Amino acid sequence: MKHHIVLRVVTKIMIPLIVIYALYIQFHGEYGPGGGFQAGIIFSAGFIIFSLIFGLDVAQEAIPPEATRLLAAFGVLLYIGIGLACILLGGQFLEYKVLLANDQAGETLGIIGIELGVGITVAAVALTLFYAFAGRERE
Amino acid sequence: MGLVQLHLPAFQVILPMLAAPLVMLMARSPRAAWATATLVSWLSLAISLMLLVRVQAEGVVTYHMGGWLPPVGIEYRVDSVNILVLLVISFISAVVMPFARQSVASEVREDKHGYFYAAFLLANCGLLGIAITGDAFNIFVFFEIAALASYSLIATGRERQAVMASYQYLMMGTIGTTFLLIGIGFLYIMTGTLNLMDLAARLPEVNDTRTVRAALAFIVVGISLKLALFPLHLWLPNAYAYAPSMVTVFLSATATKVAIYVLMRFIFGVFGHELSFNELEMNLLLMPLAMLGILIPSIVAIFHTNIKRMFAYSSVAQVGYIILGISFASTLGLMASVLHLFNHAITKAALFMALGCIAYRLGGVSLIHMTGAGQRMPWTMTAFVIAGLSLIGVPLTAGFVTKWHLILAALDGGLWPIAVFLLGTSVLALLYVWRVVEVAFFRPPLRRIKVREAPLSLLLPTWFLTLACLYFGIETSLPVGLAERAAEALMGGYP
Amino acid sequence: MEWIGFYNYWVVVVLMMVGFYIVIAQGNLIKKIVGLNIFQTSVFIFFISLAKLDGGTAPIYVEGVSDYSNPLPHVLILTAIVVGVALTAVGLALVVRIQELYGTIEEDEIHAQDEAE
Repeated sequence: MKHHIVLRVVTKIMIPLIVIYALYIQFHGEYGPGGGFQAGIIFSAGFIIFSLIFGLDVAQEAIPPEATRLLAAFGVLLYIGIGLACILLGGQFLEYKVLLANDQAGETLGIIGIELGVGITVAAVALTLFYAFAGRERE
Repeated sequence: MGLVQLHLPAFQVILPMLAAPLVMLMARSPRAAWATATLVSWLSLAISLMLLVRVQAEGVVTYHMGGWLPPVGIEYRVDSVNILVLLVISFISAVVMPFARQSVASEVREDKHGYFYAAFLLANCGLLGIAITGDAFNIFVFFEIAALASYSLIATGRERQAVMASYQYLMMGTIGTTFLLIGIGFLYIMTGTLNLMDLAARLPEVNDTRTVRAALAFIVVGISLKLALFPLHLWLPNAYAYAPSMVTVFLSATATKVAIYVLMRFIFGVFGHELSFNELEMNLLLMPLAMLGILIPSIVAIFHTNIKRMFAYSSVAQVGYIILGISFASTLGLMASVLHLFNHAITKAALFMALGCIAYRLGGVSLIHMTGAGQRMPWTMTAFVIAGLSLIGVPLTAGFVTKWHLILAALDGGLWPIAVFLLGTSVLALLYVWRVVEVAFFRPPLRRIKVREAPLSLLLPTWFLTLACLYFGIETSLPVGLAERAAEALMGGYP
Repeated sequence: MEWIGFYNYWVVVVLMMVGFYIVIAQGNLIKKIVGLNIFQTSVFIFFISLAKLDGGTAPIYVEGVSDYSNPLPHVLILTAIVVGVALTAVGLALVVRIQELYGTIEEDEIHAQDEAE
């Protein structure tokens, strides 16, 4: 769809907004509706639009398939890592309040970290799925 | 108590979950992926054994995720029933991993090994999670983790039928878990809780409502799909027949067993046997299905020429034995069921491992491939025969111990026709095992090409499990003691 | 006309039956997955409607509001939706492989090919 000038311009304007919205959902998650799942999906949706308009090759140059796999694993490891940090600091698995001296600050830090892990994994997995299906015929 | 001791229930599940993404990243180096997965499965076994020690000392070990107390938070709860299931899963995965290296190398594309072992660890994590958790919704989530991982494991099989088998398993499995989810939803409306202990405490007040009965129906049907109870078993034979050998060994020994545990837990632990059996008379449903499930798949198994598929049908029949024990609704019957859960796991794993050795050397597991295999691969075939004897239930093998207890339970319940039936169906098992033995030992090898004995890394795990079949047939105190306590706990309306 | 008040549950029942019927009756593997999705969605709607309270708002603290919907089923269903997405992805991936290996995604044609072997 490289010759559709309207689509190209509109997506160029839209994508930053979609990504910012994803980040808003991500980091607003502990005060209002939102969180890692939704943010990750919105982020990857923005990127999928990009690759639909500008082509899979350009998209895979920006975020290569290996990177999505690495990030998917990293998100899970971040999640479990925070859980294990809670154990090392004397709490139960995922008991965030021990992370900092102040219980409430600890809980906030923990949930932000956990949601970040979820967000990264969800976005990366959604992109991996998209790449896997979109790039299938090339194998 | 050390840090590890204190957090054992959490580590049991976290460890494979943590290792899975790491192993996935080792896609470039199959050997490192295998080594990590093996290490993790051995550590898992160590954790299970340490949990066993703690359970025997303390009775019940609980763990509160995130420090939230039940019934609000998710509780991990290890007691005399699920410790046995945890041991079976981690024991089988610890034995199957050394077997996996050469078996998987010959059956799965090399660039997929990293993902293969990652999926194996996730399946392991899901199964352990189902067994250990004390939260109804958590059971659903772990069921799906284990199921999704096993679908992809089955689809790595060499033949194209493997992919179709995996698809069929996905359809049936998803319907099963969704039914379970509906049942859990009904329970949640009526009680406002998801904790299994709390559910058991609150259900008696609302027992006679239609919602609770519908919940029981949905849960029993849903889990029956997962555990392949007779008319709902259609996904199983293909899935086991076409999966890579190592996957068949692992799934046949653990996946259906865990589903049976969940069924026991819901029928006896949550709903209570008074409601399930005295009031709703579920034994009138389960007993005939179990008996048909023993009879028909056993007969079907006799006529199959693909040995893996033959023993997949035999797995359906063995599930029938376990459900039969449950349907007696007595401590003795339950004890036999729990015992068979353990004994059948090691017996079937040993059998499928022997078949894995044969597939490795002969390239297939049809009856034709096996012609004269007894002369060329004597060690493998001897292991096969011993495990086969255990499947039939010959004295001095593990299989005999469970059959014996099952017959005792039947006689105790005054059901002597069932005792006769059990003896009769053992003959069917003898028939299909004999077909293989006859072809392997009493016919000359067909082809001239040299076939050697299977390599040691395949043979040692096979013989280890075969000797376990013999050991637990002679020295029965450990499994019988565990099963006895588990049955008493289940009948005593604990969760 | 009391039963009309529970229309959301009727929607659930209808969707569940439709989805289940598609899974059983359709021979096309993609359509089966669509049916499975409809079936699962009905369960999601079921959970969400049982959490709804008449006049209740989203469970976020606001002054002057005392009735909230139950957030727990929403969280459960969020998880179940993720599980559903994963299932759909695995299912579709399998269908892609089946198409490559068999050249068709009609169940009866696949069985015919298997039996011909």
